[in-house]
Amino acid sequence: MDKDALEVFVLSLPSKLGHEKVAMSTAASVAKLMGFSEDRIEDLKTAVAEACINSIEHGNRMDGSLKVGIILSMTATTLEIRVCDHGSGLGAKTPAPDIDSKMGGEENPRGMGKFLIQALMDEVEWINSQPTGGCARLVIHLKKPDGE
Amino acid sequence: MQNRPTSVSVSETAGPSGRPITVLRFSGDITSTSKETVLGTYQGLPPEVKRILLDLSKVEYMNSSGIALIIQVLMQARNTGQSVQTFGLSDHFRKVFTMVGMTKYTDLHADELSACAAFTE
Repeated sequence: MDKDALEVFVLSLPSKLGHEKVAMSTAASVAKLMGFSEDRIEDLKTAVAEACINSIEHGNRMDGSLKVGIILSMTATTLEIRVCDHGSGLGAKTPAPDIDSKMGGEENPRGMGKFLIQALMDEVEWINSQPTGGCARLVIHLKKPDGE
Repeated sequence: MQNRPTSVSVSETAGPSGRPITVLRFSGDITSTSKETVLGTYQGLPPEVKRILLDLSKVEYMNSSGIALIIQVLMQARNTGQSVQTFGLSDHFRKVFTMVGMTKYTDLHADELSACAAFTE
């Protein structure tokens, strides 16, 4: 959790596909309050949904008794979202999908969620915090750090 | 909160050359639970279908598993020599489809008219 956070919102979702929409909607509401543009909010919704789906499918292995924890921390210019599960974390960053390999059947057509999260967020970190579980840390800035 | 079921309607329209275009109009959510609707509908098309138009304008939610199903449609269409055009995506999903490279295998159009006009054969 960001120690400079002005406000923190915490959600706990059952590991059931479809429930990621609750996290999406909450993240979108917080981002709107902070003044993010519509296109950045759409980026955030997709990234948060994919992180939750990874936690539901891989981290918690679709076990409905396990929760996905979502912590949204906002500062004046930054929104950090941590999506935490009971798995071992997702490890290193992933390269862009090879569409030709997917089209050729050499690569699974699925498996794009992690790439999308990385591509749509300003910062992404995959944290393995055993024994408690894995965590995806997603960050977007109201203004990009390099002033873009 | 459940995913909304995927619906699809199949119709036919005429392209600029007068040749038939098969239109698949999707609505609801496209997720991992949509496999039967998306792939089943595509695979149920008659073998003589050569031009396919994907209308995604009424899709309310799509995630990476749903995008993977569209990739599988594109893959099977390419393998059977079919041409696929797509329209109705939001700006955000146009960006996402472009990011994952799908524009190598289908053009993304703003509306149905321009998508139909893109069928050149």
